Amino acid sequence: MDIPDTAPPHDVPPTNDSLADAPRRGSSASGGEPSTTSTISGRGVVRIGDRLFSGASRGSGIVLLVIMAAIAVFLTIRSVHAISADQGNFLTTFEWNTQDGAPLVFGIAVLAFGTLVSSLVAMLLAVPVAIGVALFISHYAPRRMAQALGYVVDLLAAVPSIVYGLWGALFLVPHMLGVNAWLNQYFGWTYIFKQEMPGSQPRSLFSVGIILAIMILPIVTAVTREIFLQVPKMHEEAALALGATRWEVIRTSVLPFARSGIISASMLGLGRALGETMAVATVLSPSLILSLHITDPGGSTIAQNIATQFGEALGTGRDALIASGLVLFVITLLVNGGARLIIARRKEYSGANA
Amino acid sequence: MSTTTTSPRRPSPLSSTLTERRLPRWTPLATLLGAIVLAVVVGMVFSIQSKLQWALLAAIFFVLGQYLLARLVEGRRQAKNGLITSLVWVAFMLALLPLFGLLYYTISKGIGVISVDFLTHSMNEISPNQTGGGVYHALIATLEQVALATLFAAPIGILTAVYLVEYGNGRWLAKAVSFFVDVMTGVPSIVAGLFILTFWIMILNMQYTGFAGSLALTILMLPVVVRSTEEMLKLVPNELREASLALGVPKWLTVVRVVLPTAIGGITTGVMLAIARIIGETAPMLMLVFGTDLINTNPFKGPQSSLPLYVYQQYSAGTPASQARAWGGALVLIALVMLLNLVARGIARWKAPKASR
Repeated sequence: MDIPDTAPPHDVPPTNDSLADAPRRGSSASGGEPSTTSTISGRGVVRIGDRLFSGASRGSGIVLLVIMAAIAVFLTIRSVHAISADQGNFLTTFEWNTQDGAPLVFGIAVLAFGTLVSSLVAMLLAVPVAIGVALFISHYAPRRMAQALGYVVDLLAAVPSIVYGLWGALFLVPHMLGVNAWLNQYFGWTYIFKQEMPGSQPRSLFSVGIILAIMILPIVTAVTREIFLQVPKMHEEAALALGATRWEVIRTSVLPFARSGIISASMLGLGRALGETMAVATVLSPSLILSLHITDPGGSTIAQNIATQFGEALGTGRDALIASGLVLFVITLLVNGGARLIIARRKEYSGANA
Repeated sequence: MSTTTTSPRRPSPLSSTLTERRLPRWTPLATLLGAIVLAVVVGMVFSIQSKLQWALLAAIFFVLGQYLLARLVEGRRQAKNGLITSLVWVAFMLALLPLFGLLYYTISKGIGVISVDFLTHSMNEISPNQTGGGVYHALIATLEQVALATLFAAPIGILTAVYLVEYGNGRWLAKAVSFFVDVMTGVPSIVAGLFILTFWIMILNMQYTGFAGSLALTILMLPVVVRSTEEMLKLVPNELREASLALGVPKWLTVVRVVLPTAIGGITTGVMLAIARIIGETAPMLMLVFGTDLINTNPFKGPQSSLPLYVYQQYSAGTPASQARAWGGALVLIALVMLLNLVARGIARWKAPKASR
């Protein structure tokens, strides 16, 4: 953007009624005297409107930064307060006792574990499927159908998380019973799918992972599809001209170009899965047990713990929840910041625009 | 191009691959039918109950069958190509199944609940076991909260985008704002709720009100508005700005009278899509608006409800009557979101031809 900050000055700034007669007025105002010097060295003229408007827009940007800083500062203040009252180690304690009377012992270990495991399951399930769907929309589907599908994916990305949660709890969970039994029978040897309590309600981290996978699928698909559509046509046509099959075109020209985009799309999806509250709160039956048997009911995530404990927590109990919220904030900050840095780096050296 | 006529003596390697044996075009369909039949047979023989397993079996048979056929007739490279094509199709089906299942299930469960009574009554003096009651209080509250959030987020967001595009010029402040807008997009809604809770309710000692909820929604809405507005402003051709400046129009008037009107369609679309995103936020509402069964039209005083919160509360109550209401609320919510999306797309399409030159 190479627009000069100060426009050539006038004595009479044009009013709102019409822009077309601005030059006439300007020339008439300058009259007979030579105006060249004043336009070149006329930096001193600063309009109130310009100053106000640029100030307002810069101010809005600063407001945004202040909000981000305030989130970090206020959460940190309350967290420090809570952690100093904590009788156990905040990072390694399994319990979450914040009731009045009992000694305050709480820790982030189980919550962080549950958050990471459910998000990981969601990523493993959603990302390959999302790449497949994005490829389908960008390269396989008939063109007219592809456009409609793009709209549908965008629409689905807007479905509120509470609806996913409701559906997950009342439809998916009952249907997971058979899947869990099957996994237990044939894949119990992997330890992960072994059920300590066979036949129990599948309100487990695995079910949470599945509902999160369905939730992040549209957003990952939408971002990945955008990247796939940006692949230079020249690259694809060059590969086709060399006799490549469709898959070889994708492997040699589409995927290398889109790799960093796929990574950042996945990380955006991960960020969403990590912070998801309601879908987890409705599906999971929480308990503070750290177990790798992910099909057993139990476990807990940070966001879900805040939502379910909040009603009963008072005073320091609230501060403890805020401390866990700060941990979540930092984790999502790192994940999203990482994703954006990957995208930004890609912008710099992808000089190919055809 | 299909036949090489130049040198009949020595066929080039290219032409030999072009004339290789190919499977007829109807093969995938035939394989699919075969796979389904096979899956049904296997399902019957081993008496597999779940229809989902039948579908999975069919999918596996289809992929394998396609691969083997292509391998036998067309060779390794074509077979691999076919394998990936089948996998992409399977991924597509696999994704559509739950997503449309969700929509279908919500609509079929919710449509029976929705009536004029449901839309015009609150939950006043209705116990979880009773049928009746409605979403009116929640609907009103949500609309007010979202309107307030839009009132804050849209001007700040649009002005921030104007700063980034028109005044930023790669300054460090612009770079910082741009980066933190991206980071802010990823702030979990529950963290935004916690922040307003600490700042507004615990430190400033304010009440639990709909207004507190709309403050949290503002935080969630801001980055979306900034991003979409920025994209739209970047699309405004530079010639327009230069022409306006060359006529001696001050820069701020150029932005207000030339740049923003050119991009107004896209900006409106962006704001509407942002509204559609925040209207379903539950987590911050859970903490901030307190939730009530009564109609409270004043978002600045006293507890309010919220449509997503209503869905969650009715689900949590756990009785058949309340869960039916939860589905009804969910359907109203989805309908609102879809409506906003469609209107946004409509505006985008309506304004699009003017912007293109």
